[in-house]
Amino acid sequence: MIRLIDVYKEYDNGTKALKGVNLRIDDGEFVFLVGPSGSGKSTIIKLITAEIALTEGRLMVNGYNLNTITPRQVPYMRRTLGIIFQDFRLIEKKTVYENLSFAMRAVGASNREVRRRIPYVLKLVGLDQKADRYPGQLSGGEQQRVAIARALVNNPSMIIADEPTGNLDPQRSLEIMMLLERINELGTTVLVVTHEKNLVNRFDKRVVAIENGRIMSDGTGGYYNGEKI
Amino acid sequence: MARRFDAGYYLSEGVHSIFTHGFMSFAAVCMIVACLLIMGSFTLVAVNLDKNLGDLENENQLAVYIDESYTEEKARSLEEEISKIPNVTDISFVTKAEALSEFQEKRENVEMFQNLPEDVLRDRYYVHMNDIELISQTKQDLENVPGVAKVVAAVEIAEGFVMIRNIATGVALVLVGILLIVSLFIIANTIKLATFYRREEIAIMKLCGATDGFIRWPFVVEGMALGLTGSLVAFFLQWGIYHLVATNIVQSNGLSLMTMISYTSMIDIILPVFCGVGVVIGVGGSLIAIRKFLQV
Repeated sequence: MIRLIDVYKEYDNGTKALKGVNLRIDDGEFVFLVGPSGSGKSTIIKLITAEIALTEGRLMVNGYNLNTITPRQVPYMRRTLGIIFQDFRLIEKKTVYENLSFAMRAVGASNREVRRRIPYVLKLVGLDQKADRYPGQLSGGEQQRVAIARALVNNPSMIIADEPTGNLDPQRSLEIMMLLERINELGTTVLVVTHEKNLVNRFDKRVVAIENGRIMSDGTGGYYNGEKI
Repeated sequence: MARRFDAGYYLSEGVHSIFTHGFMSFAAVCMIVACLLIMGSFTLVAVNLDKNLGDLENENQLAVYIDESYTEEKARSLEEEISKIPNVTDISFVTKAEALSEFQEKRENVEMFQNLPEDVLRDRYYVHMNDIELISQTKQDLENVPGVAKVVAAVEIAEGFVMIRNIATGVALVLVGILLIVSLFIIANTIKLATFYRREEIAIMKLCGATDGFIRWPFVVEGMALGLTGSLVAFFLQWGIYHLVATNIVQSNGLSLMTMISYTSMIDIILPVFCGVGVVIGVGGSLIAIRKFLQV
């Protein structure tokens, strides 16, 4: 569960990225966070992943109070999240399997746990036949599936996808979004940051629209819900 | 799922990383070797200088002349009292006759000194000291012994030796200290360059929930392995260079007064020191290098 209460964020250069944002995402939800470039979407993601600290307000992530979290607790909070990036951020020198095992070893999983979990996750994203391939040998859509598998491999309670389809063609984008929908159906909360209107409108999901650091609309039924943006 | 300390994983990742980033590892080892060779060479020069100065100090002796009114037997009886003086390590008694004969042997025109009376010179003791820095005090103590007529000591020369030695030791310590710090930063920058290529990996690990300790350990292992490799290479190179220089110095006529300590007699000091310094700069450099990339 994520809870932002009256959150403000001002960067060192004086940019006011968030101006009193209130947002609640409950366990099991599928939420699109939409808005134009510079609207504050990425700032929200960075606050949730504790890459930056908020200026004012309150923020809770999966039971952790980020106002009072200590640096030692941050890794444990991050283990409750699975993060997917637009540019995949896979390690080119490692195979698909190694990219996943790398993420599992990073949180202290044993060899046995790695061997048991990775085939299951690769099958879930449809890449069980490509475990030995290197990222450079895969298509963009497949690489993003590996990134999704990596985000899932540590069994997080929430997946955060930051522009996951930004580098993909419409067909691959749809497939990735359907995969995220399926993951959500299996019980994982999903937060997708995107500005792809057509894609968002194909799914009947909750859409939170943000502009100029403020939530402009929050509801189910498409990108232009409430016609605020 | 999480385990606290996975030594096997850290070890395999650290060693694996040395080979996957082969060129940077090679550069780091070269830097460690260069730093250790410079420090080692300078220290060995200082140690040999110290030893040779020590030898020269040992040759520096005091001549204690006994009162002319003392018979040889009475003069010999002073030996016990002189031996008890602090800082005196070794004394030897020379009779008037022995002193005269020694005097005559050193002269070219022996005939001129042939008919000198046998008691023209005084009985004397030659005294060696433990600590040459205390020469003035020892001279004074000897002069206070009843029956001692005069004590001749090259106080200025002795003090000169002490000063040279103190300066050499001080300069060596300061330079080795500076070199150690410089080495640490050179290694840190070399490893930082290697780490820069892996900042993406580190960022991914951080976002997956890896603790700083988990990320740091393979780098510590890597730094340790690079440090040890560098120190072993430097140790054998230093051996070769030292052997070459020592052989040339010993064979050189001009420097025949110079004696060199053998490298093998110092192995039990050099090897642990090289390994220790290598590991310190390897691990220290790794930790300094990675610090910046952990701020995610």
